[in-house]
Amino acid sequence: MDFQAVIESLPRYGEPLLVTIGVTVASAALALVLAFTLGLMTGSRRLAVRTPARVFVEFFRGSSVVVQLFWFAFAMPVVLGIQFDYLIVAGIIALGFNYGAYSSEVVRGAIAAVPKGQLEAATALNLTPSQKMRLVVLPQAWPEMIPSLCAFAIMLLKASALVSVIGILDITWLAGLLGKQPGQDRLLHYGVVLVIYFILAWLIWTGMRALERKAKRGLGIDAKPAKGRLAPAVAEGGAL
Amino acid sequence: MQTQWSNETLREIFPAIWDGFLVVLQVTLVAGVIAIVLGLFVAIGERNGPVWLRRPLGALFQFVRNTPLLVQVLIVWTATSLYINPEWSAFAVGSAVLGVHYASYTSESYRAGIDAIPKGQWEAATALNLPARRVWGAVVLPQMARRSAAAVGNWIIAMFKEVPTLFVIGVMEMIAEARAFQGQHYTGAVEGYTLAGLLFLAASYPVAVAMRRLEIRLAKSNY
Repeated sequence: MDFQAVIESLPRYGEPLLVTIGVTVASAALALVLAFTLGLMTGSRRLAVRTPARVFVEFFRGSSVVVQLFWFAFAMPVVLGIQFDYLIVAGIIALGFNYGAYSSEVVRGAIAAVPKGQLEAATALNLTPSQKMRLVVLPQAWPEMIPSLCAFAIMLLKASALVSVIGILDITWLAGLLGKQPGQDRLLHYGVVLVIYFILAWLIWTGMRALERKAKRGLGIDAKPAKGRLAPAVAEGGAL
Repeated sequence: MQTQWSNETLREIFPAIWDGFLVVLQVTLVAGVIAIVLGLFVAIGERNGPVWLRRPLGALFQFVRNTPLLVQVLIVWTATSLYINPEWSAFAVGSAVLGVHYASYTSESYRAGIDAIPKGQWEAATALNLPARRVWGAVVLPQMARRSAAAVGNWIIAMFKEVPTLFVIGVMEMIAEARAFQGQHYTGAVEGYTLAGLLFLAASYPVAVAMRRLEIRLAKSNY
C-alpha cells in the first residue's frame, strides 16, 4: 500500500469537503424548515390543512432517496419544466425534501406528546393559538425532538455522499477520481473518506448533545446526557 | 438530453424497469436475511459476549452505522474485485454490504428490545437454574421479538428503499436499467426514473401502513 501518495493528495480533499459540508448543511436547513411546517400541518385538526401535508410526507417517505435524487436532477426538468442552473440545487432539494418529510413525523410526535394540562393552562390564561404554540408547546417539545433530529442529520450526512453519482464534486467523488490515478491506492482513498464522514457524524452528534443539554436546562429539566453512543433514536416511533 | 415526456418510451422501458424492480426485491430478500440474523448476533455479542469481543464489535458497528453505505459499497467492491476474488458478483457483494450496513441498525433495535426486558425475568431464569441456551431461547428472545419486531421491520423497509445505491457497482436494479436504456436509445431516463419512483411508492406504502398497524397492535398487547 502506498501511503505516501495518499498523504500527499490529502490537501486536495479541502474543497470537496466544503461541498460535502455545504450540501449537508443546506439540505439540513431545508429539511428543518419543512419538518416544522409539515409537522405542524399534519398535527392540525383541520382536514384541509392536514391532507396536503400528509400526502407530501407519504409521497417522499414512500419512495427511495436515490431515485428522488435522479428524478430531481434529470427527470424534473422535462416533466415539470423546472431547470436549475446548478445540479447541486437539485441534490439539495431532493435530500432536503426527503429528510424533511421523515423529520416532520418527529416534530408532530413531540408536539403531540406535550401534556394536555399545559394546553389547558394556556387556554385558561387566555393565550392566543400562536402564543400557545410559541410560548408553551414548542419550548417543551423541542428538547424531545433533538435526539431524533440528530439521528436524521447523521443519516442526511451519509446520504449526501449520493450526490457524487449525479456528478457533484464532493469527497466521495474525489476519492473515486484519485483512486483511479496511477500510483494511487483506491482502497486507501475510500478509507480516508469513510474516516472523514465518521468524524463529521461525531461532530453533529456532539453538537446536538450540547444543544439538548442547553434546551433542557432552559426548561429546568435535569440535563441528563443522551445515550453514550452514536446510535439512531429513529426506528422507534415508526420513523420509516 | 431528452426534452419531452413520451408514453411510447414509457411502454418500451417498462419491462426493463420491471426487471430492475425484481432485482431490488431479490437484493432485499438476501440483505434482509443478513440484517435480521447478523443484527441479532451483534446485539447479543455486544451485550453478553466475551469481554474481549464487546468493545471491538461495538466500535466496528458504530463505524459502519455512521458512514455512508455508498462508500462502504465502493470500498468493499474495490477490495473484492481487485484483491480478493474478481469472480464474486456485484449482486452478492452488494447484498452482503447492504445487509451488514442494516445489521448495524437492527442490532440497536434488538438491543433496545433486550434491555427493556424486566430484570426479574433474568433473575427468575437464574433461580430456575436454566442453561444459557434456554434462558435465551425460552425467556429472552421471545419477549425481545415482540418488542423489536416493528422497529426491525421499519429498518427492512428503509433498506428496501436504499437498494438503488448498488447501481454504482453495476447491480442491475431500476436506476441502472434506466441508465442502460438511456445509453442505448438516447431516451428513456425521464420515464425510467419516474417509473422507478412510482414502483417504490406502490410497493412500500402498503407495507409501511401494515407495519404501523403491527406497531400499534404490539404496543396495545400487554407484554
